[in-house]
Amino acid sequence: MDKQRRKFLKIAGATALAGISAPAVVKLTSSSAMASSGHGAAVTEDAHKAVSHGAEEVPTTVRFGMVVDMRKFYGKPELLDKAIDACRKVHNIPQIDNKKSEIKWIWKAPFENVFPEHSGYHSSNIKEDNDFLVLCNHCDEPPCVRVCPTKATFRLPNGIVAMDFHRCIGCRFCMMGCPYGARSFNWENPRPYIKEYNPDFPTRMRGVVEKCNFCGERIALGKEPACLEAVKGSGAIFFGDLNDPESEIRKVLEQENTIQRKPSLGTKPSVFYIV
Amino acid sequence: MYNKRTIIPGLAIFVVFVTFPLWFNAFSTASPTPKPELPPGGEKQCVAPASEMRASHMQLLNEWRDEVLRDGDRQLVTVDGKQYGRGLQLACMQCHTSKEKFCDSCHEYASVKPYCWDCHLSPEEEALKKETL
Repeated sequence: MDKQRRKFLKIAGATALAGISAPAVVKLTSSSAMASSGHGAAVTEDAHKAVSHGAEEVPTTVRFGMVVDMRKFYGKPELLDKAIDACRKVHNIPQIDNKKSEIKWIWKAPFENVFPEHSGYHSSNIKEDNDFLVLCNHCDEPPCVRVCPTKATFRLPNGIVAMDFHRCIGCRFCMMGCPYGARSFNWENPRPYIKEYNPDFPTRMRGVVEKCNFCGERIALGKEPACLEAVKGSGAIFFGDLNDPESEIRKVLEQENTIQRKPSLGTKPSVFYIV
Repeated sequence: MYNKRTIIPGLAIFVVFVTFPLWFNAFSTASPTPKPELPPGGEKQCVAPASEMRASHMQLLNEWRDEVLRDGDRQLVTVDGKQYGRGLQLACMQCHTSKEKFCDSCHEYASVKPYCWDCHLSPEEEALKKETL
């Protein structure tokens, strides 16, 4: 009897000790493993970042981009209107003269609104006197796509941030997400405000959001974006593949000093400006 | 059989009454089967056989929509040497030039209300505000 009790106490004590120390042992042995795997993850993440910035690896996909040479537009507001009207016509965009309801795919805005990060004290008069051409930036990291609950807006493999109006439920999260104000909501039926119809493109209905689609439907047919085509002879807009080092747009980007809208937000816009 | 005189006429009246919708429909002209207008241009060939189009044009349109918008695949469809863009306005309405005489004739009969035309332009609508180039 005595002997058995003594044995029981011994085993109980040993088990308790093992039980108490087990978590510590597990932690010690696994922490080294975890540290190494964590480090590994960090390394791959860094590598991934380098790739996405295009630092080393050459991207194999197409990424459409645009360069707007504002120097060609200075003092020529009619040229801006030409580009805007061409887009309006091609995409059946309603003309609503009401700040709240207006629909904008490509429009003009003053410098301090377009480039708030680039505004400066005693800067050139050109910035004060001229309006700037703005449109959807077709970001590489589009916030609108991240917030869309129905995937009505999404990024195509060619870099165009596209809209599927069939899926849009009109929640306007994307309008909140877009830091460039490039999206407009159809507060009312747009049809009465459309001057003439382009039979090759649909209109929109009340309750959906719309924005510039980089003329995806025209590019597919081998045409150029409508705004570019409208100002063709002036050489004010360039369009092409940002991932192709031989493309015209890359040559322009290499030669000229270009800026992007709100670069600090990290959305990586595909629209560049020569100011 | 008891009460033969009342039961047999009663049964006959009952059968006539129950089958009323069937034979009434056969003789009435209240809801004639729709006759959608064939393409006025005389086209005989569609992107698929008529029976298939009749049964599943809506699936085809949904597939086209997803391929064109989602995958960015806007390749033309070639059937018998004729090319069609993939879309309601780009393909269907090129031959079937009247939404009212073609689409609506069946849709109204079957009481289906597709929302295509909320955004897509019917040829009638297009004609209202024609592009002046």
